[in-house]
This record gives sequence, structure tokens and C-alpha cells, in this order.
Amino acid sequence: MQHVSPIREPLVTGGKTYADITEDVCRQVEAKPNMRWMIALGVSLVFLGIFIYSVYRTLWFGIGEWGLNKTVGWAWDITNFVWWVGIGHAGTLISAILLLFRQKWRTSINRAAEAMTIFAVICAAMFPVLHMGRPWLAYWVLPLPNTFGSLWVNFNSPLLWDVFAISTYFSVSLVFWYIGLIPDFATIRDRATGPIARRAYALLSMNWTGSAKHWSRYETVSLILAGLATPLVLSVHTIVSMDFATSVIPGWHTTIFPPYFVAGAIFSGFAMVLTLMIITRKTFKLEDYITLEHVESMNKVITLTGSIVGVAYITEFFIAWYSGVEYEQYAFINRATGPYWWAYWSMMTCNVITPQLFWFRSIRRSLTATFIISIFVNIGMWFERFVIIVTSLHRDFLPSSWVMFSPTSIDIGVYVGTMGLFFTLFLLFAKFFPVVNMAEVKSILKSSSGVSHTHNPGASMHGTAPNSHKHD
Amino acid sequence: MQETIKYWRGVEELNNTPEFQKHAHNEFPEFLPVSETNGEEASSAVAPRRDFLKLLGFGVAAATLASCEAPVRKAIPYLHKPEEVEPGVPNWYATTYFMGDFYNPVLVKTREGRPIKVEGNTLSPLTQGSTHARSQASLLNLYDNNRLKGPVAKKQATSWEKIDQEIRTRLTGVQGRVVLVSNTIISPSTKTVIREFGAQFPAFEHVTYDANSSSALLRANGGVVPGYDFSKARVIVSIGADFLGTWISPVEFSRQYITNRKVTAERPIMSRHFQFESFLTMTGANADVRVPVKPSEYGAVVAALYNRVAGGTGGAAIQAPNSAYAKQIDAAAKELLAARGAALVVSDSNDPAVQTLVTAINAALGANGTTIDTNAPYFVRQGDDARMLRLINDMNNGAVGAVIFYGANPVYDHPLSQQVVNGLKKVGVKISFADREDETAAHVDYICPDSHYLESWNDFEPKRGFLGLAQPTISPIFNTRQAQDSLLKWTGSTTDFYTVIQRTWSGIVGGGAAWDKAVHDGVATGTTGANEPTAPAAPLTLAAAAVSINRAGRTGGKDLELAIYEKVAIGAGQHSNNPWLQEMSDPTTKATWDNYVAISQADAQALEIEQNDVLRVTAKGKSIELPALIQPGQAKGTISIAIGYGRTHAGQAANNVGANVYPLVTVAGDSLVYANTVTLEKVGADKPIAQTQTHHTVMGRIVVQESTLAKYKQDPKSVTEYIRIATPDGPQKPQKISLWPDYEYKNHHWGMVIDLNSCIGCGTCTISCQVENNVPVVGKQEVLNRREMHWLRIDRYYSSDATREDGGFEKMENPSENPSVIFQPMLCQHCNHAPCETVCPVAATMHNSEGINQMVYNRCVGTRYCANNCPYKVRRFNWFNYANNEKFDYQMNNDLGKMVLNPDVTVRSRGVMEKCSFCVQRIQYGKLEAKKEGRRPKDGEIVTACAQSCPTNAIIFGDMLDPNSQVSQILKREQGERAFHVLEELNTQPNVTYLTKIRNQA
Repeated sequence: MQHVSPIREPLVTGGKTYADITEDVCRQVEAKPNMRWMIALGVSLVFLGIFIYSVYRTLWFGIGEWGLNKTVGWAWDITNFVWWVGIGHAGTLISAILLLFRQKWRTSINRAAEAMTIFAVICAAMFPVLHMGRPWLAYWVLPLPNTFGSLWVNFNSPLLWDVFAISTYFSVSLVFWYIGLIPDFATIRDRATGPIARRAYALLSMNWTGSAKHWSRYETVSLILAGLATPLVLSVHTIVSMDFATSVIPGWHTTIFPPYFVAGAIFSGFAMVLTLMIITRKTFKLEDYITLEHVESMNKVITLTGSIVGVAYITEFFIAWYSGVEYEQYAFINRATGPYWWAYWSMMTCNVITPQLFWFRSIRRSLTATFIISIFVNIGMWFERFVIIVTSLHRDFLPSSWVMFSPTSIDIGVYVGTMGLFFTLFLLFAKFFPVVNMAEVKSILKSSSGVSHTHNPGASMHGTAPNSHKHD
Repeated sequence: MQETIKYWRGVEELNNTPEFQKHAHNEFPEFLPVSETNGEEASSAVAPRRDFLKLLGFGVAAATLASCEAPVRKAIPYLHKPEEVEPGVPNWYATTYFMGDFYNPVLVKTREGRPIKVEGNTLSPLTQGSTHARSQASLLNLYDNNRLKGPVAKKQATSWEKIDQEIRTRLTGVQGRVVLVSNTIISPSTKTVIREFGAQFPAFEHVTYDANSSSALLRANGGVVPGYDFSKARVIVSIGADFLGTWISPVEFSRQYITNRKVTAERPIMSRHFQFESFLTMTGANADVRVPVKPSEYGAVVAALYNRVAGGTGGAAIQAPNSAYAKQIDAAAKELLAARGAALVVSDSNDPAVQTLVTAINAALGANGTTIDTNAPYFVRQGDDARMLRLINDMNNGAVGAVIFYGANPVYDHPLSQQVVNGLKKVGVKISFADREDETAAHVDYICPDSHYLESWNDFEPKRGFLGLAQPTISPIFNTRQAQDSLLKWTGSTTDFYTVIQRTWSGIVGGGAAWDKAVHDGVATGTTGANEPTAPAAPLTLAAAAVSINRAGRTGGKDLELAIYEKVAIGAGQHSNNPWLQEMSDPTTKATWDNYVAISQADAQALEIEQNDVLRVTAKGKSIELPALIQPGQAKGTISIAIGYGRTHAGQAANNVGANVYPLVTVAGDSLVYANTVTLEKVGADKPIAQTQTHHTVMGRIVVQESTLAKYKQDPKSVTEYIRIATPDGPQKPQKISLWPDYEYKNHHWGMVIDLNSCIGCGTCTISCQVENNVPVVGKQEVLNRREMHWLRIDRYYSSDATREDGGFEKMENPSENPSVIFQPMLCQHCNHAPCETVCPVAATMHNSEGINQMVYNRCVGTRYCANNCPYKVRRFNWFNYANNEKFDYQMNNDLGKMVLNPDVTVRSRGVMEKCSFCVQRIQYGKLEAKKEGRRPKDGEIVTACAQSCPTNAIIFGDMLDPNSQVSQILKREQGERAFHVLEELNTQPNVTYLTKIRNQA
């Protein structure tokens, strides 16, 4: 019943049947949590504890617990914010834009990528609130009717645009993700044996029956949400970049920021998806669904966006020189040769040089190499934001105010703590939610799947299209 | 017949519609959200659900709140309102600051009976309304919790009756001499009291010494400080004297000095200032020519200068050692000679030989009667090192029966501290008037705490012919008593000190109305003769001075020399328990909360010393450990350490801050020399110095502009560089190309002009602003974290030898070995196109209709975006709660300290941004006062705290819409000449304008 294309590599390998797909994905949800998962969750919870402690210190004593000062008013907080928001870009890109472009390979990775998006945005959203001097008044940034007189928010402020951008992005992503989960929840509900699981998944699946009407609505809503989410992929990081671009600080005041930030966001988002997918496919034995094809496709996107980012870095330097503005020129020379040169060159190495290795097919298709490079990209993108924020601020216009920034243990605690938060959420998701979109993978099974392996599931992936196999 | 006048409660009643009539009888005719029903209806009516929930919610909330216990804070109203105390209305009292350092007539602002601000007294002919950081901050010493709360006898608190009785008994039976030790006293009445007190005893002596002594200066000038008048000097040569910051009478000297430094296109004349010194003092930073010399070379420099001057005036030359600075000395001598009659040479050296020659040079230059007012010498230094040294000997010999310390703390500030301690053990009766148990008071039997000067009556004659009066501005906070009253008590007199003062003054200004006027003005003219020196030590002869200098010239060699100096903020250390002064950044080093070993860049490199390395400085067996501070301009082969630190018994803020360098002062014969030869040793530890500025050069940017007098004379329009933006219509001013609409100012447009030529960098404005605006003190660690809160800072830039072409940015970061220095007061620029205003998400910072950039604290959520986007970096964030926080245990953490807070200014809580407000509370007050009188505010009526306190009038504030205001006049005059805006190219359009600094150089 399966069709094997003579040209395209199959997106699902191992000759899976519909039943196999259901079985493979639901296994994780239904089985008892394994040891590795327990350990991973334990470690994540420790980091979550660090997060809670650091946040307590920040909220109880004040922002002074961080390393900020009179000149560097933002540092790790906003670095982390932009980093997490950037990571949160891949999910929507994969599920929305690739859906519109009918890229079928997205089906097996979109669920996890979207989940990652949501958790990353949750982590990101911590920082704008935490970095406030008076976070208990955070709701003042919302244009709410109030009793403070005719007080209204300042629509000129990019921070306000941020509030809108992030909250919109988060809500749309959440709805999109949840809608996609409904048919799969129904599958799990139908298979569930325990009363609690059955009730819980029944509630989550919103009485999905799988009728044609349901499917039709499902498809329509997905398409509409994809259409809604697509501009958001571009807008969110555009607006985040405007936090910097609309200011007067040399190194921030740059028109190139919107496209450069969007490319960087997709770049880091894909890297994070890869990091997570490589682990997930291994631990949950999903090699047949998340194939080397997927990894390679994503690596190509990384190479493209990494190159865009690299060009942007060089363009910034060129413009600084070409503008003839003294402060601008100094800001960039200071980035490369000033006291934070190591941050700049870490960024350049990780973001510009390492992704270029993907021009080699063998590296592109090597899981180990991909994993390592994806980590490099994640580090590089963190440094990119650090470089933009801290090295621009620490030496701006008046040399009398030039300072150095160094983080405190609380700064570090909040950052690694958000990773604890992120992984706690992701691990809970991986255990209790279907990590692969069963319904959508099933939809491509007929058109794009391979035949069953004989022994080593990885072996055939390195080969050419299995057109020698016959299908039944 | 009169018609009945009908009044309506509203239009509704007039119209009298049926609907109105229907509701008219109700207590609340309008709809009330809670329906009210009575009687029969009530029992049948069903309470709507929403109303029920509302009432339930309110009830629960009210019950919860009522059960919370709030701390009880008592606000006690006046039972009988004191006369002249009007809540909310300040009272001003004229009084005088003189705490052993310099004389400063001041006005004290009190609110509801408590002093909250010190300002300059403009009626004083000497200081003309100028102040100093120390006089500004002296207010806080009043509210110092470390002061003694009452008299102490043998470490036990006691009552005045008991202690008086005991002291009188002990003094009557005293064996040996009775000695009163004090720092300089310029109060005629106090001297009378001391004289009368001493008359009781067969042998009485009043020994005066100064912590930072000027004995040699006095000796060379017949026991007085010459009546310097820098305003008459066209050429000034200073050998080590920091006369703008700390020396003799810095407030007055700054005022005089600056009169010849202000230039206009019509009057492009400036005095010329040479400075020979070891440490880069604030005065040296203002000099046109600065020559770094070792302290041991002062003699040679002065001798060489004397010979050149004598050569030019026909005097006899003396034998002089060779000086390495012949070229600079020649230049100085040439200019001094050319300006004969308008030339002045000063030196702070405590070497009698140096001072003898300086006096001779001044005499030869015809300074006497011109730049030195011989009729009006200063009395503000009277300390006699020789007598103090003799006293220490006598105490150790057991010749002293009783010693009374009045304002003197020799155990801390005398180099022979150990001998003082040993000697005190042999003295029978030891009494101190210290206001706290200080280092000396810790060794005495009786402490009779003196009141603070703001709680006391006093009079002063700082300069012959000029009188000052101090009156209490608050009744004593603690159970303290003025020292003079104590002395009167012990004399057996029944009069109080106030009467003594009145008596002293009645002969000079008269009594009755004249006395009232004197109290009102705080100053008067006349002379008492009380401060005239009696039997001054004979000055050295020129020949003897020459011999001494030649001997010293031979001994000075390759050894590392220590030059001991005084800091602007801390002074000699008497009043260092003052968080404001401790956190004030030093004018040149920009360091706070510490003293340190200032070492030149070359020496640091040679000895492999880095900033913050702890060094052990040893001189003749005594050593102290302090961190190194690399100081451009420090003379090679020298290090400098400031006095006033390392106190152990001063109180919380000062104890164990820095190290005490007094023990390293050289005792040479019977004088103290503030220099020594030392050895340096790295201890191997690090102690970070908290500097408010760590990048020292301006990196070739035109954020601060300077030019030379020669260029200015040639073309005043050439001294300032203006940014022009290239447009299709040719170069344009940045403000011509703007995306934003301009504000329209209809009533006032407040503006400020800061003349960089007048700014001497003293930092008085910083402290004045801090006092006025309740700016918190954050402590050393937070300054190290770069979080000091000063709203107004003074940026100090050193010149660099490198330019972008020949060294690149990295080399431009290194200051020159002997840099020229420029100061730039930096505060909120109140931009008309403010970058901070557009980025705040909650509009907590906005522009007002009078051009002020306002910060609304209670709207601020603390995103800090405004601070990031401020190109001037003048916004300050409350990283913590600085009030009521034991981690910041300064004045804002105790009830007493909080009395210093200005009730007109909010104390900011944590998490909000703050910054300069142009003293909006003063503007508002001034406008309201004018409005009450039905007129417009007059120029000069509304003055910001910084502008008010500036000793050199470098800061001018006013309404730019008033064409006759000083600000408008200056702006009109200087437009296109010296007026510039910092970072004009950003088109922020500041309301603060700077005037280019002009140096008197070719």
C-alpha cells in the first residue's frame, strides 16, 4: 500500500503502517516513565529550583542582585529574553510557513518544535517581567482602563510593541499547537486503560470523534492559524529588534536589525529544535519518523540563516565605517577589539564559521556533528545578543560613563534556571503528550514512506532511495 | 421691598423636570449601585446577586484590613504653635561654618524647626554666597547618631551638674599647668572665655595646632596668613598650594580666582596660573602650566624662582641648588616680573625656609598692598607646631596637670600620636569637648560634648576687619552643651556665651537694632583684635632659608618620596563621619570611600604595580597599607596619600575607611613636614578603589570642548566646533532636520548654562544637589558596582598624547604623563527631543510645558530603557531600597538621620528611575511665591541647588523665555562663540548649554 518515490527520499522509513505509527508514538505516553526520563526530570527540577531561588532573590531584594549598573541597564536579562524568543521562532516557522509551503517533512517534527516554541516563549517572557524594577506593576504596560486618571501607555515605546508582539505570538502559537494536538489526544483517549488517563485525555481532546466534519474544520482552522502565524514569525523578532534599533545608542541604532534578527531567530530556533530532536528521536526511538532527511533539511536552513547572519555582521561593520559616524565606528571596533573581544569572537566563530561546515554533505548528515554544531549555534546566538546589548551599552557616548559589566551568581542562576524551567516543561510534554503528530504523519504515509528495515534502522538512511525494494 | 433671591443647587432644580421632582426627596437623587429598600418592601425584595457580592467583597476586605496591625507611628501636633514656624514654609537663618578648616558664612534653611539645607550667604563680602562641599555636607554631622547623647565621666554617662561639680573640684586642686588644646579658633568671644577661664589658674596655656599645619606660613608672615587676593592677580604661581580645593580659604579663593578666569569676547583677559606640585590637585588641574615636582624640590624651585625675580627687581641673589625645571621657572619668573603688582606666589609648604622665600618673592614683586591685602590678613590658621610639640614633651615629663581638648584630636591627627597617648597617662585631669568619643576622647576622664555649630552661638573674625556670627538653627538635639558655656560654668561665671558674644560685639557693631541686623545678616565688618598674633616666632632670614634649602637640596635624591595632601571632601579628617563626604568623588581621582597611594604611571610600570594592588608604605619604621591608584600627573619618584582617613573612633561611616597617614608626617625640628622618604612594597593583596569614573580620556570626542586664549582673542567664533549635518541644501544644524514636532513654550522655558571656563571641578554642586534632592548614599560596594546615585556628577577628562591617526583607540585610552585636565558637570540635559521620553512604555518620563524633562516616580515600573537610551547616562536607578534598609545603614536608615531629608522631595523606593529635576520643587515654590504677589518670577529668584552653591558661578539657571534673564543674555552673547550642546548631532536639543573652556595658553 505504500508508495516509494524514485527520486525523493522517504520521509517515514521502516515501512511503518498506521498502526505502527500509533503504537510508536503512544508508547511513550502509555508506558511507565523510564529511568533516563526520571533522571533528566530530576536534573531539570534542580535547575528549576535554582530559578526559583534566583527569582526570589531578585524580587525580594531588588534588581541590584544582578550585575547591572548605571551605564549597562540591560545585560543578561534582555540577552536571555532575546535568546529565548529567538529559539521560540522555529516552531511557528515549521508549523505555519512550512504548512503553507506544503513542506511535508515538517509533519513529524512540528509538534515538538511547537512545544519548544511555547516553552521558550514562556522562558523568554520571564525576563521582561523580572527585569522590571517593580514587577508587581507589570500590568501597567498593558493598555487597560484604569483608575489612575487618564493614564495610558506610551505607544511610542518599542517595549510596548514588544508586549503586544510577544503576547500575540504566544497566544497564537499556543492555540495552533493545541488544535494540532486534539486528534492525537483523541487517539490516546481511545487507547487509554486507566480511568484518570481516559478522563484527562477526554477533556483534552474536546470530544473529538474523528468525523469528516471534525477533520474538515481541523484542516480549515490549521490553515487559518498558519496564515495568522506566518506574519508573526517575521513580526515578533522584527519588533524585538526595534527595542534596539529605535534607540540612539551606537551599535543599536541600526536599520539592518529587523531582517538580521529574524534570520538569527530562525537560525537559533532550528539549532535548538535539532538539539532537542536528536535527543528525543534517540530516547523515544523515533528514528523512523525523524529521519536524516529531516536533519539534513534543517541543516540547510541553518546554513542559509547562518550565512544571512554572517553577512549582517559584516554589513554592520561596513556601514559603521561608511557612515563616518565616530561613535558608530568606535562601537564596532570596540566590539571586535575592546575588552569584550572574546564575546565577539565567540559569536563570530559559533555563528558564522561553524554552520558553514554544513556545506559538506557528510557533516550535514552526521548526527554527532549536527548535534555539536547545533550547540555551538545556541551558544553563538547567546553571545550575539550579549555582544549587541552589553558591548554597545558599556561604552557609548560619554567616556566618563564607560564601565564593565560582570554578572552575579543571581544573573547566572536566573539564566540556567530558565533552562531548568524549559526542560522541565519539555520533559513533561514529552512524557504526557504525543511528541509526533500522529495524524499528520499518517497523512503522508501513503505518499512518502520507506519499507521496513531488515536489521539496522540507521543503515538505509545513508544509502540512496530504496527504489530497488518492491512494495506490496 | 426686597425680592427673594432664589439659589439653585443645579440646573436640574432650575428646570424642575418631573423626573427631578420624583428623586428630589431622596438623599442621593442619582442612581446608586446598591439598591436601598425599606420596611415592607425590604422583606419582600430580593437582594440582587451582584449587590450581594459587592457587599460581601467589601465586607471581607474591610474585616481583613481591620484585623491587620499597622505599626504605630506617632505624629505629634504642636499644642502651641511656635512663633514663626509655619508648616510647609521654610525659615532661613544666617550662620557661619568654621570647623577648623575654612570660613564660610552660610544661610540655613529650616523646615518645621529642622535644618535641611545649607546655602551660601550672599551678604558676606568674603565669600559672596559661595560654599564648599564640606560646608554643604556639614548639615549631616548634626544628625549624626554617633554623637554623644550627653556628658560622660570615666566612660559612664552622667549629668551636667555632676560632671561640672567634679571637674571644678578636680581643676581647683590641679597640680601643674592647665592646658587647653584646640585647633585654630577665630572666635573673639571664645578667646575671651578661654582667657577668663585660664585666669583662674596660676599656670595656664592655650596651645593651638592645626591638623594640616601652616606654621611655616605663619612664621614667615608675622603670625598671620597674608591677605591673599587672587582677584587682583594676573599671574599666579603656586608651589603645592591647593588653594581652590583645600588650602586656607578655598571658598573665598575660588571666588577671587575665577574673576580673572571668566572671559568674554569683549574682555578676553585671563590670569595665568603656574602650578608646581607633586600630586595632581584640583588647583593643579585648573592651572595653565602645571609642573610635577617632588616635595623635596619645592625648596629648589622657590629658590630658583627667587633668584630670577631678584635678578629682575635688583635684589640680592641667594645660593640655590640646581633645579631640573629651569625652563618652567624661567617662564614663570618672566611672567611674574612682567606682571609686577599683579603677581602672586603661594605655597602650602610647611618648611619655614620655603615660606620665607615665598614671602620675599611676593615682596619683591610688589604683591604687598596689591595682590596681598596687608591690612586684612587671614586668621584662619593659627596653629603653632613648636608649641604643640613642646606640650607633648611636657605631658610626658609630667609638667601638665590638666589638659582640655577643644575640637582637637591629636591622638588621631598628630604624627606623634603614641607620645600623646603616653603623655596623657601622666596628666591628672583630662577633659575633652569632643562631640563623640573620638581617638583622643577615648583617653580622657571627662567628655563634655560640644554642640554642633548649627546648635550653637558663635562669632568669628576670619580676616582682619571682617566678622561673622553663628546662631543656633535648632535647639540641641542631644543633651550637649557648647564648649564655651562649659568653660564659663567652670570659670564660675553665671553669664552664658550668648551674652559674652553680645558684649564683644556691642563695642564694634553696637547693640539693639544693630545687633539684630548682625544676627540677621550673619556677617558684619569691624575688628576685635582678638586674633592678632601675640609674640609671633621670628621669621628666618633669607640667608638662613638659603642654607636650609641647600642642605635639603643635597639630601633629596633618588628615594621615593611621599607627599601628604588633603582631600577636598574629607579634609583633615575631623568631620569624616559623613556619608555624603565619604561618597563624594574626589575632583581628580574620582575615588570615593578610601584613601590610596597615588603613584605615577611611569613608576607604576617600573615597579610593576597595578591599580588596586595593596602597597605597604614604610617611612622610618612606621608603615601603612593602602591600595595603589595610578595617577596621571603625579610627579615621578613620588607617591601621595591623603590625610583624614583611617579613623577608628569617628563613627560608622568613617571608621576603618582607608588608613591614617599622619604617623608618616615628618617631625623636623619643631615643625611638621607633610612629606617623607618612603619605601614601597607590594603586599600581594588587592583592595579595589571605588571610583565613579574609570575611563579617563575623552577619546578625541568633542563632548567637551576647549581652546586657547590666543585663539579666542584672534576669533571668538573659532573656539567651538559645531556639528553640521550634510543635506541636499548644504550643511545644516542638526535641529533643522527633525522628525519630531517641537514643543511650544508659552510661559517659561527653563535652561541652564555651564561655563566650563569657570568650573573648577570642586564638586560642591554634587553635594548640594544630593542634600536638596534626598539622593541616597549607597556605600563603597555599590560604588564599585558602578551604582552611585549622584544626579549631578563632574566628569573629569585627562588629555592623551595619542590621536586616532597615530595610535588608534587603544592608545587614546592612556592619559598623558602630565595631562591637562578638563571638568564637565554632567546632569540631565532636559532635552527637548529627549531619547528617554519616547522609550518609556508607561510614559513615566515626559516633558512638561516649561521644558523640563520630568520623572514620575510613582508611574515608573523600572524597565531602565530610558537610562540605556540616555546618551548622557545621567539617569540613576534605585537598585535596592536605599531608605529603611539595614544594608544601607547611612542617614536614611535611622530616624535621626532622616531629619535631614527635604520634605519637598520624594524619597524614592526601589525599582524606580530618578534623575536631575532642575530642582522642580524650587521652581514651583518660586512660581507660587511670585503668584501670591501677583507678579512674574524675577530672574535669580529661582535657582537650582547646584547653581546656588557653585563658588565660581559656573552654573547659571533661569528662564530662557525671559529676554533679560542672565541665561538668555549669556546665550545671546555666546551663540556661535563658546556656547555648545553636548552631542548636538543627536538632535536631542538639550536645555543645558555649555561654554567652551579657554586655557591661557598660546
